[in-house]
Amino acid sequence: MRSFAVRGLTRRHRAGDTVVVANDRIDLDVPAGEVFGILGPNGAGKTTLVRLMMGLLRPDEGSIELFGHDVVARPDLPARLAAYLGQSDLALADLPVATAVETTGRMRGLTKAAARAERDAVLDELGLTGVAERPLGKISGGQRRLACVATALVGSRPMLVLDEPTTGLDPRSRRAVWAALRRRRDEAGVTVVLITHNVLEAETVLDRVAVLDAGRVIACDTPGRLKALVDSDVRLELAWREDPPDDDPTVRWLGAEATRAGRRWTVRMSPEQAREALALLTTGPAFAALDDFSLATPSLEDVYLSLGGTSRDLERT
Amino acid sequence: MTVAPVVPGGIPAAGGPQASPLGPADRVGTPGAATAAGAVGGGTVPVVPVMPGRTPFLAAFAAVYRGQLSRGKVARMPLMFVATLQSVGILLLLRGVVSVSDVTTCAQVVAGCTVLVVAFVALNLLAQRFGALRAAGALDYYLTLPVPGTAVVLGTAASYATFAVPGVVVTAVTGALLFDLPLSGLWVLAPVALLAGGSLAGIGAAAGLLAPRPELATIAGQLGMSIVLFLGIIPSDRLPGVGWLVRDVLPSSYAVDALTETFLPSVRWGIVALDLGVCALVAVVTLAAAAGALRRAGTA
Repeated sequence: MRSFAVRGLTRRHRAGDTVVVANDRIDLDVPAGEVFGILGPNGAGKTTLVRLMMGLLRPDEGSIELFGHDVVARPDLPARLAAYLGQSDLALADLPVATAVETTGRMRGLTKAAARAERDAVLDELGLTGVAERPLGKISGGQRRLACVATALVGSRPMLVLDEPTTGLDPRSRRAVWAALRRRRDEAGVTVVLITHNVLEAETVLDRVAVLDAGRVIACDTPGRLKALVDSDVRLELAWREDPPDDDPTVRWLGAEATRAGRRWTVRMSPEQAREALALLTTGPAFAALDDFSLATPSLEDVYLSLGGTSRDLERT
Repeated sequence: MTVAPVVPGGIPAAGGPQASPLGPADRVGTPGAATAAGAVGGGTVPVVPVMPGRTPFLAAFAAVYRGQLSRGKVARMPLMFVATLQSVGILLLLRGVVSVSDVTTCAQVVAGCTVLVVAFVALNLLAQRFGALRAAGALDYYLTLPVPGTAVVLGTAASYATFAVPGVVVTAVTGALLFDLPLSGLWVLAPVALLAGGSLAGIGAAAGLLAPRPELATIAGQLGMSIVLFLGIIPSDRLPGVGWLVRDVLPSSYAVDALTETFLPSVRWGIVALDLGVCALVAVVTLAAAAGALRRAGTA
């Protein structure tokens, strides 16, 4: 069964005389009970897409169904079926963490007792009990984001739509969020749609991922199957201590293929080529300039780039 | 966990007891239930989640009010101090100008200064607050909760108003003492503050929500407050023609008139009731407009 079914979704943003197509004929099916990710760089149209799905924006063209209900005709329905975590937390910024979570639960229709019980449970689950009485604006950025995630989890909706839930979190908090999402999917069949531009997050928690670039879905499948598309390649990363010698043929060969960020080079190639390149580098004159190197199997970032993704601001950590 | 019976394909069965277009829970109003695919009728069929109900107005209002109240302690106390000081300062200033024997003028000055405290909160602070929420994209928080827009506007306004109460009382009592006015009718402060607050809060919230930039929301709020200040405090019989016109369309004028009446030696309660009725009517209209503006601003 599908939770969200999106067809031909197009939304243009108008700013003065210019029109930007934020979402361009997007088709998407989100199977119920999955953790579904939307991966893409900044400006790919991810937030516009989830805001359309939540009924916060009206599409210029296309249809959106949520559990069989027409969201375009009834934009108030997602607020009842789904909990949404947006990027701004200004509405909650001066509230103590516990109050923010509890009052959000009350606004989702929980009784006072139920809201308090769920508040305590979710704060404990996310490790926020210690800052429960402090205002969101007075705790660290990571804890603040985590508290906002807590407000989305309270009131157990069958659908969670989360816009970058783990941005700014330390690895431990990030894992706590991932575990909380998985638990809700496994125990209550909750469907999760989350936006990320973090490759590790996409590979670790998502059952399925749609890759967005310039407002279009360029791929949609399980992370494993997407990676199989580029399975034959490996990624060789080189970090130079100083500029490598230009006259070294190996350096010239790799330099022509590499994408560069300062003295950090990334080259995608077959395993045989990588082995050969490393052998030449480590035995040749360029070795003196080499600071570090690593060889990695393909990630979703490689998939993204091989599919024609253009921007390069996906996170890896 | 509640499992809603469905037909294969994930659409709730039409007709019979499940005929609600929104799924079974729309009528029973069970919030928070989620379902996974499960076995129904011996075979595994897809199951749609029940539709959680809308949160009733009062519960939503109480939740918004409580949340806003908790943030106000830090953020708003200094502002309330300023609002009160401003009104008391104007009272002291006018005490040196206005003759105490002119009871009608004195009554209007005190009433105008009192309503000014309400306007400071309802127009100025609310316009700023909603303008800032809109600019930050933070209205999404409220718009993705199953609560009525009026509960959000009213809950926020009410929490701000709560902080205005001490200022309103202090201004009215100080004014009455300074200008030798009777304190017996001061109970009218409660409905005056409530209804003037409601009508001005609706305007303030709508201005904040509709202003394309937060600075414009701030300007609109402050401009509104200045108009309330001048037209409320300047005795109405000394206003030029156009001033009268503006005064008549300003909801706070009716609150000022009602309060002025209660300071007079012989109170015409019919006039008080009529003025408050106008405030109530305007409050309903402007708050409804603000609730409409909330959705419009959030989805623009």
